[in-house]
Amino acid sequence: MGKIVKVSGPLVVADGLADANMFDVVRVGSQRLIGEIIEMRGDKASIQVYEETSGLGPGDEVATTGAPLSVELGPGLIEMIYDGIQRPLEAIKAVAGDVIDRGIEVPSISRERTWEFQAKVAVGDTVQAGDLLGTVQETVVVEHRILVPNGVGGVVKKIGSGSFTVAETICVLEVNGVETPLTMMQKWPVRVGRPYKEKIPPNVPMLTGQRTIDTLFPIAKGGTAAVPGPFGSGKTVVQHQLAKWSDVDIVVYIGCGERGNEMTDVLREFPEIKDPRTGESLMKRTVLIANTSDMPVAAREASIYTGITIAEYFRDMGYDVAVIADSTSRWAEALREMSGRLEEMPGEEGYPAYLASRMAQFYERAGRVYTNNSGERIGSVTAVGAVSPPGGDLSEPVSQATMRIVKVFWALDSALAYRRHFPAINWLNSYSLYLDRLSGWFDENINPAYSAQRGRAMAILQNEAELDEIVRLVGVDSLSPADRLTMEVARHIREDFLQQDAFGEVDAYSPNQRQFRLLQIVLNYQDWSAEAMERGADMKKLFELPALEEFGQTKFVPTEEYEETYNRIEKDLKAQIAALTGGEG
Amino acid sequence: MMKEYRTIQEVAGPLMLVRDVEGVTYNELGEIELPNGTRRRCKVLEVNGSDALVQLFESAAGINLRDSKVRFFGRSLELAVSQDMLGRVFDGLGNPSDGGPDILPDARRDINGLPMNPAARDYPNEFIQTGVSSIDGLNTLVRGQKLPIFSGSGLPHANLAAQIARQAKVLGGESNFAVVFAAIGITFEEAEFFISDFRRTGAIDRTVLFINLASDPAIERIATPRVALTAAEYLAFDKGMHVLTILTDITNYAEALREVSAARKEVPGRRGYPGYLYTDLATMYERAGRRIGNAGSITMIPILSMPEDDKTHPIPDLTGYITEGQIILSRELYRKNLQPPVDVLPSLSRLKDKGIGKGKTREDHANTMNQLFASYARGKECKELMTILGEAALTDVDKKYAKFADEFERRYVSQGYEENRSIDDTLRIGWELLTILPKAELKRIKPEFVEKYYPDTEE
Repeated sequence: MGKIVKVSGPLVVADGLADANMFDVVRVGSQRLIGEIIEMRGDKASIQVYEETSGLGPGDEVATTGAPLSVELGPGLIEMIYDGIQRPLEAIKAVAGDVIDRGIEVPSISRERTWEFQAKVAVGDTVQAGDLLGTVQETVVVEHRILVPNGVGGVVKKIGSGSFTVAETICVLEVNGVETPLTMMQKWPVRVGRPYKEKIPPNVPMLTGQRTIDTLFPIAKGGTAAVPGPFGSGKTVVQHQLAKWSDVDIVVYIGCGERGNEMTDVLREFPEIKDPRTGESLMKRTVLIANTSDMPVAAREASIYTGITIAEYFRDMGYDVAVIADSTSRWAEALREMSGRLEEMPGEEGYPAYLASRMAQFYERAGRVYTNNSGERIGSVTAVGAVSPPGGDLSEPVSQATMRIVKVFWALDSALAYRRHFPAINWLNSYSLYLDRLSGWFDENINPAYSAQRGRAMAILQNEAELDEIVRLVGVDSLSPADRLTMEVARHIREDFLQQDAFGEVDAYSPNQRQFRLLQIVLNYQDWSAEAMERGADMKKLFELPALEEFGQTKFVPTEEYEETYNRIEKDLKAQIAALTGGEG
Repeated sequence: MMKEYRTIQEVAGPLMLVRDVEGVTYNELGEIELPNGTRRRCKVLEVNGSDALVQLFESAAGINLRDSKVRFFGRSLELAVSQDMLGRVFDGLGNPSDGGPDILPDARRDINGLPMNPAARDYPNEFIQTGVSSIDGLNTLVRGQKLPIFSGSGLPHANLAAQIARQAKVLGGESNFAVVFAAIGITFEEAEFFISDFRRTGAIDRTVLFINLASDPAIERIATPRVALTAAEYLAFDKGMHVLTILTDITNYAEALREVSAARKEVPGRRGYPGYLYTDLATMYERAGRRIGNAGSITMIPILSMPEDDKTHPIPDLTGYITEGQIILSRELYRKNLQPPVDVLPSLSRLKDKGIGKGKTREDHANTMNQLFASYARGKECKELMTILGEAALTDVDKKYAKFADEFERRYVSQGYEENRSIDDTLRIGWELLTILPKAELKRIKPEFVEKYYPDTEE
């Protein structure tokens, strides 16, 4: 039992804690606030407290729990909204009302709720860590696979299907002659990555239904991506879109130091939206971690780890999981605040010197892996983090540290946002290093011309940027007809392809075949027009074809009808272009 | 008996170190008694063994280290709240300053509040009609939103804020409405402008004023917005009122915070502001909102003046990351005599999409809004091009866009501070302006809406 000697904001120093270990969870004061030891000197421990510390003073007691900060893993995670240290916010609301008071203790996973457990092994089977014991249908879409916990293995002595709570024994294993009872719940320390057998290179795309992302800058399952952008550029909307439409099995959405209303938005909206793949509500595959900006700063630091640990748990079941963190900058600020209170020597802009390594550790927990079990099972964790650079300046430490690690960079641009070009992903600054790895998949599964078409579209956009400079200097009339056509086609790519309305009923999610066709029509238009211009067609008329106008409206065409409409418009285009040269077809 | 300490070790700037204290806790409220009997309030910033580092809320002038006494109250700074606060004027710490009697408290609330549970929040989606086209039409305000005004020195943000406070209403809504106004380090004249405007329109009876003027101690300002928000929370969530909270000027608040941080010798973040400025501002701004099952709401309009009109300065920058959008005033438009000079392109209301559309404003609102934005942006580009290359360089369509941009500023944005436009007026003006452009350019509007709402033109 230790005693507090110093309180400074979320940092508490206590002595008499010789028995405690680094990173142990401790209980502070009479309200038993939750804290974590982050530094030890002699028997003095520096503790970051996950709750507001008003009213604490020297002499108050501190007790160690002897265990590191851990999350509870088991059926009952899906559809939950947790704070940064996995306390269920709905349950807190039931206890404390509309505000989050201090010293509230509620279990992370309901101990009362029962689950139908379906045993998948028989008595006498030998199992090792990570092997499947049985399943629970947690929600309509998520089959929760109960695995042998890490570090355990042996012969099944007792197992049976039936109705259980997470605290009841579902199975007894004989481990080296000792009978070990197992429940459906396990604990795992958040700061330690869950083990796996082997990482494998990510070569399957995570499809998002977002045209700019899937076509121009795709991300792989198991990959890492960052979404940097100044405020108002639509970071959160992009993150929400990814959480809504990505073709993964589980989404863990971490609202880390962001707005409370954004989490409310997710909470209210996700249950209403249907997953285009399963037809079920999106909430049925989502876990939310909400540590909003007004909640204690130390818990914000923990929220990222809580989220990725839950993601790894589902990965181990063989699922594709996406972790979406909004925003890693706020997490870095929490690190900075604690570092400042610890009086550490600051690095750049007051951030601690270990900022980059901590970020790298987080992102490196993403990946596509052979999971830890006797058979061959593949799961993935894809990590996407928003970055909020002060003033939109990417030279600041958090952006720089992120760029060094992540493989996909969707740079949001306030200039595009002002023009209401959404998603405001700047096609000239963004990149995806998975392009080569994924092009094979796209060419095989969507269309053999997929990558070639993508390359062509990028070249046109690049070309437009160069031509644009000339236009700004000497005017559009100075361009050759061919260049005018490039500008016009680039405009169609921007307006008709890249711009996507996240709130449009149809446009919010664009299937990949449709994306391909849309771009194909634009590029065909370029080919046919170039040809027609050579044969003397009037440029102005080419740019004002009636079919183009209709083409601009195709975003509203429902998914079932798009093929037909696209075919018709394409035919019209061809005919109208041909008519300009007097020829047929 | 409350313990008194005569062990003040040092006073430096807004900070004071008291030795040999016992049982003092973090964030506790204290009081210093000067030899002449004057009492001043302070709070504990840090306790280290038997040392307490204390922040003064008022000036340190006259504190004698040997003879002054310090007491600690065992609680943090609280505000006595009651519905009788309406119509009253208080100082920056919540003491009545209008010569009236003390408030008979219905309750005492910690001014720091508690974080609202995200699961208990209700999503703001009720349209507020401010009567200002550039806000209603393009950057729609909804109940429970926090929408700051980014202004600059010499710009008429006060007029706009007063206009919003005066005109704001919910369509077909009731009138259980109150204004909480916090003056944070502004001048007497500016505060007087608001007060006389509230008085002129009769709003004063439904207003609670907290006034910390430029001449009042700067460190008191750290408490002022929190005191005001505590009153707002009480009126909204205990009394079910719709509270519009105006905080002006946040820049003064942040500077006071910087002063304390500098005195504590903390490692500074950008421009000398403390690294926790974001978190600190968030704990204020996030107190706006609605709660499930509660009739009341807090809608917040913080006003801040951007130093050098620089949006990337830490105060507007961090504010923008927390609030749900921003209304930006532009010096360029102001010089062109557009009133209010709202720069609509960089302005934004993040919650607009939930507050508009069928059943709230009108079905075509979202589409026309996007079209107006896009067209105005293009029009401005065309005008830029025109200044560089001359009018001849523009295509016919581009010329129309340039004309559109001019008309848009003149008719849509510049409406003055007295005109109260209904949302239908705003939408109608928008459509009229769109007729300047060829119909085929209205790509962002669903064809059926063009059909239905496109005004009849003579051609």
